[in-house]
Order: sequence, then C-alpha cells, then structure tokens
Amino acid sequence: MNEPQEFQPKIIAYVCNWCTYLGADLAGTNRLEYPANVRVIRLPCTGRIDFNLIVKAFEMGGDAVLVSGCHPGDCHYTAGNYHARRRWMLFRPLLEAFGIETERVHFTWISAAEGRKWQQVVAELTETTRKLGPYTGYREICEAKG
Amino acid sequence: MIWSAAIYRRFAAALRPFVNEEITGKKKKAVINHRSPKKNMARIGVFVCWCGENIARTVDVEQVASAAAEMPGVACAMTCKYMCSEPGQAAIRHKIAEEHLTGVVVASCSPHMHLRTFRKAAEKEGLNPYLVEMANIREHCSWVHQDRTQATAKAIDLVAMAVAKTRNDQALAPITIPLTRRAMVIGGGVAGIQAALDIADAGYQVALVEREPSIGGKMAGLSETFPTLDCSQCILTPRMVEAGQHPNITLHTYSEVESVEGYVGNFRVKVRKKARYIDMEKCTGCGQCWNHCPAKKNPSAFDYGLGQRTAIYIPFPQAVPARPVIDAAACLKLTKGKCGICAKKCQAGAIRFDDEERMVTEEVGAIVVATGYKLYSIEKKTGTAYPLPTAAGTPLPLSGYGEYGYGRYADVIDSLQFERLLSASGPTGGEVRRPSDGQVPKNVVFISCVGSRDNAKGIAYCSKICCMYTAKHTMLYKHKVHDGQAHVFYMDIRSGGKNYDEFVRRAIEQDGAHYLRGRVSKIVEQSGRLIVRGVDTLAGEAVTIEADLVVLAAAMCPSDGAETLAQKLNVGYDENGFLSESHPKLRPVETNAAGVYVCGACQGPKDIPESVAQATACAGKTLVMFSRQQLTREPEIARVDETNCAACFACVRACPYTAIERAEIRDRKGNLVKRTARVNPGLCMGCGTCVAVCPSKSADLAGFSEQQIYAMVESLV
Repeated sequence: MNEPQEFQPKIIAYVCNWCTYLGADLAGTNRLEYPANVRVIRLPCTGRIDFNLIVKAFEMGGDAVLVSGCHPGDCHYTAGNYHARRRWMLFRPLLEAFGIETERVHFTWISAAEGRKWQQVVAELTETTRKLGPYTGYREICEAKG
Repeated sequence: MIWSAAIYRRFAAALRPFVNEEITGKKKKAVINHRSPKKNMARIGVFVCWCGENIARTVDVEQVASAAAEMPGVACAMTCKYMCSEPGQAAIRHKIAEEHLTGVVVASCSPHMHLRTFRKAAEKEGLNPYLVEMANIREHCSWVHQDRTQATAKAIDLVAMAVAKTRNDQALAPITIPLTRRAMVIGGGVAGIQAALDIADAGYQVALVEREPSIGGKMAGLSETFPTLDCSQCILTPRMVEAGQHPNITLHTYSEVESVEGYVGNFRVKVRKKARYIDMEKCTGCGQCWNHCPAKKNPSAFDYGLGQRTAIYIPFPQAVPARPVIDAAACLKLTKGKCGICAKKCQAGAIRFDDEERMVTEEVGAIVVATGYKLYSIEKKTGTAYPLPTAAGTPLPLSGYGEYGYGRYADVIDSLQFERLLSASGPTGGEVRRPSDGQVPKNVVFISCVGSRDNAKGIAYCSKICCMYTAKHTMLYKHKVHDGQAHVFYMDIRSGGKNYDEFVRRAIEQDGAHYLRGRVSKIVEQSGRLIVRGVDTLAGEAVTIEADLVVLAAAMCPSDGAETLAQKLNVGYDENGFLSESHPKLRPVETNAAGVYVCGACQGPKDIPESVAQATACAGKTLVMFSRQQLTREPEIARVDETNCAACFACVRACPYTAIERAEIRDRKGNLVKRTARVNPGLCMGCGTCVAVCPSKSADLAGFSEQQIYAMVESLV
C-alpha cells in the first residue's frame, strides 16, 4: 500500500468575519465536505487585507492564498470590499511581474448564505494548486540573494 | 450524624459561592486586569472541545491537546466533552486561577457561536476577555472533513494559529463615550411627529426640524385615508398640536440641516433657520396680516399650485406653529420697498422686514431621519412639477410621460393635487371641480404606475401605495359626484394589507369604478375634453375614453435634498435615493451610521401605518440608547501611532466612516510640531481598511493587529 502520497498544498485563506467566514460556517453546518488544505484567518473585513499578508503567506510556505469577502454592496463596513478589489487590481500585475502564478492567489466574494460556493472555491483552488505543485519561488529568491 | 470540623468546613466551602452570590445578593465582582501580558511570559491554556461526537468523531482531540501542550507559550492543555457547558466553563475558570493563565484558546465551534460565552467566563475569573481566542475546529474542520489524520493535522494548525494570535493579544478595555440624551428628528411629517412625540413622552428633549413653515408634511394635505376613510387632517392635526405644545419638543420650522458633526451620542447639528420676517415671540397668529395682504395671487405650494395664497401666509389653517411667513419673492415691501400693510395691521408689532436667516446649533445624541417623499416629476421638461417656494427649481433627474400632457393640459393632474380637490380644506372646498374651468368632471380617468415599475424612466420599484389611494380616489369621487364615472388603467392591483383588498373590491363592486388592465399611450385635448387612448389587455382591444379630468398616480421618490442630507449624516442610499437601513430584516430602522435612524418614506415607499410603526421603532431605538448613562463600545477599533504617522492621510480618504481626523500636535507655545492622523473612537467601526492602506504602518487594529496576523501566518510553518 505504499502509494506515492498526493501533494497536499497549504492554502491560507484571508476571509472577512461577516460574509465568507459565516459562509464557511454554513458549509460546516451543512456538512459540505472539502479538502482539508485550507487554513482560515478571520479578519473583520477584506479591506483590512494588506497585500504584504499575501506575500507573507508565500514566504511561510503557503502554496496558494484565498481572499474572500462580502459581495459588492453587501460589505458590513459599507465599502471595505471595494478597497480590497481595487488593491487586487493593482496587485495582480505585480504578482505577474514577480513571476508568481496569479492562479495561486484567488480573489472571490462569498456571502454568508453561500456555503456551497465556499466548498466549490476551496475544492477548485486545492485542485489548481495541486496541478501547479508546491510553491518554491520565494525560497529560490531568498537563496539566490543570500 | 456528628458533624466533625472537617465535614463542616467542607460544607461551608461548598456553600460559599451561594452565600456570596445568592443569599447576600452581592456578586463577587472579579477585578479585571487591563494590563497586557508580556509575550515571552505567556501562559496560555488550550481547551479542546469534543462537542460530544461532533468534533471527536473526525478529530483526535487528545492528540490535538497534547500537540498544543508543546506549543510555545502554552502552560496547559486539556479536553472536555462540552466546553460550552457549565462544567466546561468552570474548567476554564479553574485553570485560569490555578495556572495563572495570561490567555485562553478554546478549540471548539465558530467564534460566532461561543466567543462571547468564553470571554464572559474568563472575565468572571478576572482575565481580560480580549485575551480569549477561539480555534474553529468544528464548522471549519470536523464537520467538513472525513480523513481523521488530515482533520487532526488541520485542527492542530488551527490551534497553533489561535495560540500565536493569543500570544500577541492585548488586554483591551471597553470604550466609554459620553452621551447627550437629547434627540433630533429631521422632517415633520407624520413619521417625524410620531418619533418626536414618542421620544418626548419618554422624558427626553427633542429638536424637530422641518423645512416648510409648518409641520404636518404630505399627510396634512390628504383628504381621507385608506382603508377606513378617516379624515386625514382630523387624525393628524391633534398630533401636530401636541407636538407644537409639548414641553420637551423644540420646533425648528422653516429650517434646514446645514451640517452635522460628531458621532453617535455626540452630534453637533447646525440648523439654518430661514428668514421668516415674523417675530415668533410676538406674533399671536391672529390673521390680520394675511387677511389684508394685497399680493394675493401666488400659487400655494400646499395646494400644489391649484390654489392661491397671499405673500404673507400660513400654509393651511391648522398650521403648527400657527405663525405666518413672508414669501420674500412675492412681498411688495421686500421686492419694491412699497406696501408694508401687514406691519401696519399687526397689533403685536411682529412683522420684521429686516429679518435674516440664522444658524442654531443643536447638540444631540441620536438623529431620526424622516424626510419623506415627493412625487415623480411627470413634466416633459425638467423642473419641479408645481411652483414650490422652498425647494426652488432644482432640476430633477427623472422626468417623462410628456405624452400625458402634464403641465400642458390644466386638467391632467397628479394624485396629490387630486387629494386637494377632494379635501374639505382644499381650493374648491371639497367639491371636485376641474382646474381649467371649474366644471364638475363627469368622466375621470385614473392612470396608475406613472413612473413606477418603468425601467425606461429609471424607476424599477413599485410605489406600493398607488393601487390603494387610486381605489380610494375612485370611491371618494363617486361619493361626491354620484353620476360620475371613474376609469382606472392599471398594470396589476397590489393591495396587500389588513382590509386592503376588501377596500379595492368595494371600489369596484359597490362604487362601480371601471378598472381596465392596460396602459395609456397618449392623451390629447380636443374641444375642452381629454381624449385618453389606451389599451385593455384583458379584452385585447384599443380603448379611447373622453375624459374631463385625468389623475396620474405618479411614483414616490425621495424628497429633494435627501441625498445631500444622507451625505451629511454619512448614511447610505440606494440608486433611487432612498436611505439604506442597516439590515432589511433585522435592523430595519438603524443605519450604518451609529445613532442615526430612518423612518417613513425616505427609506422606501410606504403608507401611513407603516411610517408610523417605523417612527415608533426609531423612538424605541433612541430610547434604548438613552437608557444608559454613557455608551460603551467594543474596543476592537483602529489606532494610529502618532509618532510614526507621516501624515499622508491615505487612511482619511479610505475610511468608510470618516472616523479618522487630520490632527495637529502643537507644543506649549502653540507651534506646530507635526501633523498626524487620529482615530475618533466614537466613529471607528473597526473594519481595518486604514491598516491596509497605511504606507508607514502606523495604523493598526486592536484585536486584529499586524503582529497578530503575521504571527498566525508564521505559526503555520
């Protein structure tokens, strides 16, 4: 039974407290199964997410990052998700310039009622990351420097 | 049984908590330590919950606990069948005392479920509640995974993250904010009057601000109300008088809100009192002035242009306050310097031609917005539908239905104008006479949904009350003109509500209103009659009706200036300009601006009973706030490190609550030392948007600090 073990990516999810976190809770309540690769960090709002946090996740060996908040217009804090979206628009080309596959950072909206969407997003992102393989770019950059 | 000393002691010890708390009625109050523990000296207790089988089935909780015991800063780790149960909470409290814990991590369900429970338990033991964190190993782990190894590994990771966060937790104290127990109500229609009276009756001072010279709003101009056909003025004017005479209510009529500063509990509202040219103290409201004023031919805004008034006037006989106002644009003295008859006739010497507008500042703790509605502009050209002296000619974003000839044909009127024709106090004394020649119309066409539910005109919503008042119009018309015939063109009849559908059936079956399902395409005037061309979609044929009068049930829109006011109050509004409530179901009268409540038609189309119910709800919310001596708020809010702040003010622009101010730090001599951003704890809601935009990393969010989040990520290695 010594099958080669499947690659288990490490995915860090930055989610907002009011929509996506509750969406993930709902997935739990409904027993919607998904891969156990995601580690959720609860923040008040996606507007709180500084993109250094995403870089940090990669530095710490994360293979993919999920950012998810309330749908446009539903933000608990009126407009935090719009700030997050604007920042994402700027950050995305920067990722490309760094040579990080943009598929490794997934940006989405999941409401408190969308447990099923949470399940799907996590499953898809895990699958995508499996295909991309472990992320070693950051370590390579550090080693090249040092 | 002989009581040995040992047994007695044990018995007494067992009784002690009851003696302290229940028999003497005095609760032992734990002294909460507000000092933050030192990170390197952390002694964290980890409590892993089985949740019966819910967690333990897929997660090896004992393994999680033993892994947690090895984590840096963890003093003890244990499991419990049900952490949220009394024994579970007692175990936490016991460990806090025994192990001198500086932090607690409960690995169980979602923090939305039980974070408050565990924080309260810790607080009872003297541990600062903000040093308690949760790891969600049920909803986010045991319930969604099947593989025991993977689920256990994930649970350990989640606990490690929570431990890392707890090591960086700061002890926080709830923020207390002073509270001014005085309210402001903006808008003196039926909703505003209701809210003001409810708050005032509870014993608090209310400032009621109304733009027009009298309170009463739209309801004061209505004839009778559906579904009971109560006379509108008969039920409203006693309430108006009550509001006018209430010792706790200060009326600011003919006034508008100029600016709003401050935050919940501490608003400073500047009110612009327009020049009324009357000394309100001296005036007795005797009526000599308006009875002798020679400038008589001015369109009355209260009659929507159907009637006329003098230059010095009261809008309607039951106005509150019963004091006149001079229309500066129509007054001969103020325009040409001649006349002044009113001043000569006034026995009290109350006329003040040199009156000027002035500002009054009101300090209030809560604001109720009840600015109401206006009718959709149905003129072909933009502009107000009828001359309103107070809301002068502001161009309206919406207009249409030029084919109905409103504004061109005198006998095409809107529903509020028809209300005045029906009203006993109206320009025709309650007789239905058409505006063009004063004849009694024998054939009246009512068109519903003019503007409403018409995407092409920019209004997708249903105005909700038009079906009902159109049925009422046909009834009242029939009661006054027995040989007349009412025709109604409708799209659907929406009459949900107590006794509402019965009312519409009565209009059709007893009062013989002729309902036609279909739209009207054009109205043309031919030798004094209006030719209404439409379609009856149920019969499937074109219809032409020769009418004497056409009444358009125009859509309800937010009143002029509602958006500007919303911006001043920092309240959201939708694409139609209606103010947004916090939550459509659970927080229907609160807004996203703390301490600001909405009621009535400014929040969305609604009828009188609903407006009144909402107004009372607003008063209730205000009184809940006023029941406290001061406000306390969750301390998880942003803070700016002022020594490090580079004063770029990116945070000021990003903050959705305008909670960040541009502050100046000055030395003793008053020289400017530096500029900095500063968070107003009364306004900050703790979203953390400022933290993300701050380039110098001076802004941080208590409870979700940079240090904490980074520590959480680092713990995953």
